[in-house]
Amino acid sequence: MDDRVILRVGTKFLIPFILLFALYVQFHGDYGPGGGFQAGVIFAAAFVLYALVYGLGHAKRVLPPLFAHTCSALGVMIFAGTGVVTMLKGGLFLDYNVLLHDPHHGQHWGIFSVEFGVLVTVFGVMVSIFYAFAGRRRDEA
Amino acid sequence: MDAVVDITVLALLGVTAVALLRIRNLVAVVMLSGIYSLLCAALYTMLDAVDVAFTEAAVGAGISTVLMLGTLSLVKREEKKPAHRPILPLFVVLVTGGVLIYGTSEMPPFGQADNPAHLHVAPRYVEESGHEIGMPNIVTSVLGSYRGYDTMGETTVIFTALVGVLLLLSTGPRNRRPWSAEERKADHDRAGTDPHG
Amino acid sequence: MRLLGYFNYWIVVVLMMVGFYTMISRGNLVKKLVGLSVFQTSVMILYISLGKIFGGTAPILLEGQEHVIYTNPIPSVLILTAIVVGVATLAVGLALVVRINEAYGTIEEDEIHQQDDVM
Repeated sequence: MDDRVILRVGTKFLIPFILLFALYVQFHGDYGPGGGFQAGVIFAAAFVLYALVYGLGHAKRVLPPLFAHTCSALGVMIFAGTGVVTMLKGGLFLDYNVLLHDPHHGQHWGIFSVEFGVLVTVFGVMVSIFYAFAGRRRDEA
Repeated sequence: MDAVVDITVLALLGVTAVALLRIRNLVAVVMLSGIYSLLCAALYTMLDAVDVAFTEAAVGAGISTVLMLGTLSLVKREEKKPAHRPILPLFVVLVTGGVLIYGTSEMPPFGQADNPAHLHVAPRYVEESGHEIGMPNIVTSVLGSYRGYDTMGETTVIFTALVGVLLLLSTGPRNRRPWSAEERKADHDRAGTDPHG
Repeated sequence: MRLLGYFNYWIVVVLMMVGFYTMISRGNLVKKLVGLSVFQTSVMILYISLGKIFGGTAPILLEGQEHVIYTNPIPSVLILTAIVVGVATLAVGLALVVRINEAYGTIEEDEIHQQDDVM
């Protein structure tokens, strides 16, 4: 492990920027290209990079598989929950106009919440799938 | 200028696809498929689908390459030489391709503003989403609001795919190889069932 | 310009043929999945090509400008989700490949059939 100093230091340098970029993609998705799907994948890519360089054990300590599994279910719940909230507020399922007093604000927050759900699910799913593949031992027979 | 880049990228895509077909070293195939995805992303940018290009670059070139390499670390990395002449597949593919090429002659020419695809729902999104949703990015508006049901379905599909992967990979390998015919027979007799069932 | 009018569609058909051929003529399961994703991509390029308008710009509203042509946003939306779903299904396929490799010790289709026939 110790012979890959450049790789390890470089990775440590890169990961915060990757995470920051993912957040930028997420929150700037209303104004430019980007959104929950892309941000989720980029967010997951940061952890995949960490796992590739530092080993799966370390990565699992930083981000336990159970947390990733929970994330992937939670995101779908956030998405559907937004729809339920709009129904409770008297609108149709996923009709964000009724979320707040002003339809524009309602739409804005509705899309924000939904995109956040997508981010959480995509992030959780990508990391979990990577763990599932990387945790598999090569058959030694 | 646009046309030149378009034709070049499409030609490169064709070459990469043929290379993918012919190369038998699977690691090289996976790396080439990453390049193929990046070329696709370039093409999508050319065709003004920036969101799609972004996704393709992140997902196709990033995550799927990692997943395929992860698989290759578990399986054999060299493809076997095909045993028989692929006459029938070639015939099927050529017929399908011929029919499709014939079908394109009925299609509206590429890139014209009065194509049927641009006349119905899209103008409404382009004209109204600014007032109705209040977001500059029309793709985000359609994805999150107008077609929120779709997106919820897709999110559920991704989640379901994860459930599938975990069901397949979270248990340890039960049937170790080498698994000879005798062992299989014994297993079959012991269990009294089909070992594959 | 007339030639370019159909060039995209033809290349899409060619890519589809290559992907389809990879799927049905190659016995290696990973190669089959790669072929499947080439096939998938050809459909995506077809959709995005249908959405393109010459002289148009990406579907992000420009403030204070009238009479801008925007490329059709609907194919973008459909394909955006299709790509992510594509990688999820690819993951399921690869998981199946890994399990098959553990059960049979090979990912070549004919060797798997051979082992089954010995039964």
